[in-house]
Amino acid sequence: MSKTTDALLEGTGRFLDDRLRAARPVRGFLRKVFPDHWSFLLGEIALYSFIILLLTGTFLTFFFQPSMTEVVYHGAYTPLRGVRMSEAYASTLNISFDVRGGLLMRQIHHWAALLFMAAIFIHLLRVFFTGAYRKPREFNWLIGIVLLTLGMLEGLFGYSLPDDLLSGTGLRITQGVLQSIPLVGTYGSFFLFGGQFPGHDIIPRLYIIHVLLIPGLLLALISAHLFFMFHQKHTQMPGKGRTNANVVGAPMYPYFMAKTGAFFFFIFAVLALLSTFAQINPIWLFGPYNPSGITAGSQPDFYMGALEGALRIMPAWEWNVFGHTFAFNVFIPALVPLGIIFTGAALWPFIERWAIGDYSEHHVNDRPRNAPTRTGIGMAAITFYGVLWLEGANDIIADQLQIPLYTLTWIARIAIFVGPVVAYWVTKRICLGLQRKDAHLLEHGVETGIIRQLPSGEYVELTKPVDEDMRAVLEWGRVGAPQITAPPAGADEVPAPGARGPLGRARTRLGQVITEGIPVEADGHGNGHGNGHGSPAAVTAGEQEGDRPAGPEQADPDGEDAAR
Amino acid sequence: MQGSGEQFPPGDGAEELPESRAPHRVIGTPPPARARTLLEAPPQEDRKPERWLPAEPSDLGQAKRAERLVAALFILSMLASIGFIAAYVGLEVGSVGGTARSNLALGLSMSVAFGALAVGAVIWVRFLMPSVELTEERKPLASTRQQRAEFEETFTEGAEASGFAKRPLVRRTLIAATVPLAIAPLVLLRDLGPLPGTKLRHTVWRRGMRLLVYGPNTPLRPADFAIPGQMITVVPDGYQDNLDVLAKATTIILKFGPGQLKAPTMMNWTVDGIVAYSKICTHVGCPVALYEQTTHHILCPCHQSTFDAARGAQVIFGPAARPLPQLPLTTDAEGFLVAASDYHEPVGPSFWERG
Repeated sequence: MSKTTDALLEGTGRFLDDRLRAARPVRGFLRKVFPDHWSFLLGEIALYSFIILLLTGTFLTFFFQPSMTEVVYHGAYTPLRGVRMSEAYASTLNISFDVRGGLLMRQIHHWAALLFMAAIFIHLLRVFFTGAYRKPREFNWLIGIVLLTLGMLEGLFGYSLPDDLLSGTGLRITQGVLQSIPLVGTYGSFFLFGGQFPGHDIIPRLYIIHVLLIPGLLLALISAHLFFMFHQKHTQMPGKGRTNANVVGAPMYPYFMAKTGAFFFFIFAVLALLSTFAQINPIWLFGPYNPSGITAGSQPDFYMGALEGALRIMPAWEWNVFGHTFAFNVFIPALVPLGIIFTGAALWPFIERWAIGDYSEHHVNDRPRNAPTRTGIGMAAITFYGVLWLEGANDIIADQLQIPLYTLTWIARIAIFVGPVVAYWVTKRICLGLQRKDAHLLEHGVETGIIRQLPSGEYVELTKPVDEDMRAVLEWGRVGAPQITAPPAGADEVPAPGARGPLGRARTRLGQVITEGIPVEADGHGNGHGNGHGSPAAVTAGEQEGDRPAGPEQADPDGEDAAR
Repeated sequence: MQGSGEQFPPGDGAEELPESRAPHRVIGTPPPARARTLLEAPPQEDRKPERWLPAEPSDLGQAKRAERLVAALFILSMLASIGFIAAYVGLEVGSVGGTARSNLALGLSMSVAFGALAVGAVIWVRFLMPSVELTEERKPLASTRQQRAEFEETFTEGAEASGFAKRPLVRRTLIAATVPLAIAPLVLLRDLGPLPGTKLRHTVWRRGMRLLVYGPNTPLRPADFAIPGQMITVVPDGYQDNLDVLAKATTIILKFGPGQLKAPTMMNWTVDGIVAYSKICTHVGCPVALYEQTTHHILCPCHQSTFDAARGAQVIFGPAARPLPQLPLTTDAEGFLVAASDYHEPVGPSFWERG
């Protein structure tokens, strides 16, 4: 670097440090080590989509009029000239046709919203399947679920703003669902809409919620999410020299900064490319909203598809008792399916640690196969959600695949119950099979393709032991993992305090299911022929945290020593 | 709650230098020379600290090629950004064609500008920076026992000093004061909208109100709607542009041949085989816009609730729980189709007070 640059940097550094005493913490920040794995980029996609949403959204607010006042359109889009419409719709047309770059920004904004939600979903699945939500990261898991829920609302409100026929239909459905909620629904609807649907208040109200309230919450929660991630340090995938007591990777400066900057540009480029060539939400084709009009094949954005499907799949159950209406056909699908998934997801980390009595810190992720029950539950949830999601497009699927519509709905009505069970079972079998394969590799080594004839005439294939890197990956969480044993029925032993009573027995049983796996012996010579039911497990650790050392540490002393 | 400390090397927090060992600086005096080297190049005579990161990548030849490639990509990005500005200045919008051209030029130049930066930066990281893999120790997240004890002490002392625990009168009155304060903002929300009252029970349809064909907004005689199998949307005369009214009062009329209409259709509410149903779905309120002539099925495109138009719009399939309400029809003195009354039951989606 030149002398001038040096002097400039030195001067700036001294100026800042004289006032902030920041040299030491900033140095720590620059040297912070980030582990690398392709799946760690998923959360970054969500983060950068959010930043792009803020940038493009701010541009859109300069031109958008959140008003339901009726105007007659005189803009550039000739097919709609002379048509009465709300100012919101007219200004969206203006953004699209009369503002330079307006259409591009609108399309980037919409594509970024889809990418934001998709990235959150996939990031959540990654965190679930690798067990990255475990202690100490439960807070971030919960924040993530709240972010997902807020993102859905933010998206719904956002695409309702242009007040076109499609989004108005979505609002109509939202209103109908809100109105169905027992006791408070009618009032909630009248208060939200400022009277009867559609009224003149809903667009300005959704606007301020969409541009201020929810983005503010998202920003605060994303900041907390990042702060916790930073403070607790990122998890890492299993590998040689990687333990629960270290973090292996490249430092923040310059490596992570450069890579993540590149990734931001890459995401922006992809979104710009999509918005150049893939038209999205062409509201001028839909026309202004009118409660008596609709088009066939109306679809919400993909992240609302499961709710839409839940509404479609539900049988027509309704009660009229004591002069009141229980619209089960509406409020059950609106609240229950996603309620099960979100509540279940929020509780799962706590259920899991309670059931297996594991109160230790985890910083090395699991490979999904090594947690067959968790992976099975995750796949069951995906199947449950997926059936609802596909059912949300049942008219399109019926049309494209020439399947009768009602048949499709009946298939979905059955699949919603059967599918998750099958998915759980199949996934678990696959996981155990993969574990068996890993155990086989550890025991017999890698096939070399060399055949040798023994003096006795027998042919055998030579194998070579798996290399160290591979061994570290394969053995993580497997070898010598503490198999806490329950006393067999009728034994003299007294069960541990945590395993007593009906709740304790349920806990023990659940713990056994969760820890099910193919055992591998510590020296890598496991039998590899496990019966798939593992050793019986039970809870002994009780409630005292930290009583148990983390299994892998104990099991893998060599790796541990090497790392220190 | 002592975290699983066994996993970690002992003596966590030891890397924090005790304050006394750090060089002391008296406020107002110039910093000692050593301290000033913090952000400067270390003096040559000083011990050279062991490098944390290597200065050069292992393959310098490859790095040279990569350097040229990165520079080319950055220049490409620069040109694309200039192209973006040129496209903004040069291409007019204000027509469908103009917007399409502008969008293509702006979007493409923007994609290239960001894309080239991204690819250039990745190549930079991969081939110009030496590859490193560093190991950093984790400290257990839980504080040490002593730190916790000290915190507890501080917290307790503060609580005692505040008197919050010792003076229940203050504590309880404070809690009593905050409860109504928390309710007050909720009260403020009351004027967000009017109370529902019986608004959901009625529409604007009255005896003698004409049905206007939606769109042209013309009244209709039964003879104008003579071919069985048709369905048209009608709106109440005088309200064709009032969206609040239309959200409840929009109606469909369907023409049937003699003997096609069956119970529970109210026959005396029909005129010459013309029957009128609410167009607002009883599920969540979408307009039921699809009609299949051969089966007389009305289908809601939103959630596929299916109603049998020949049998009082009863539900055949889907999530809707109630038939579409039927509007009583008659003709006025001039022979136009008019409503004989309002709907006899609330139209649209269910609500708690509906009963």
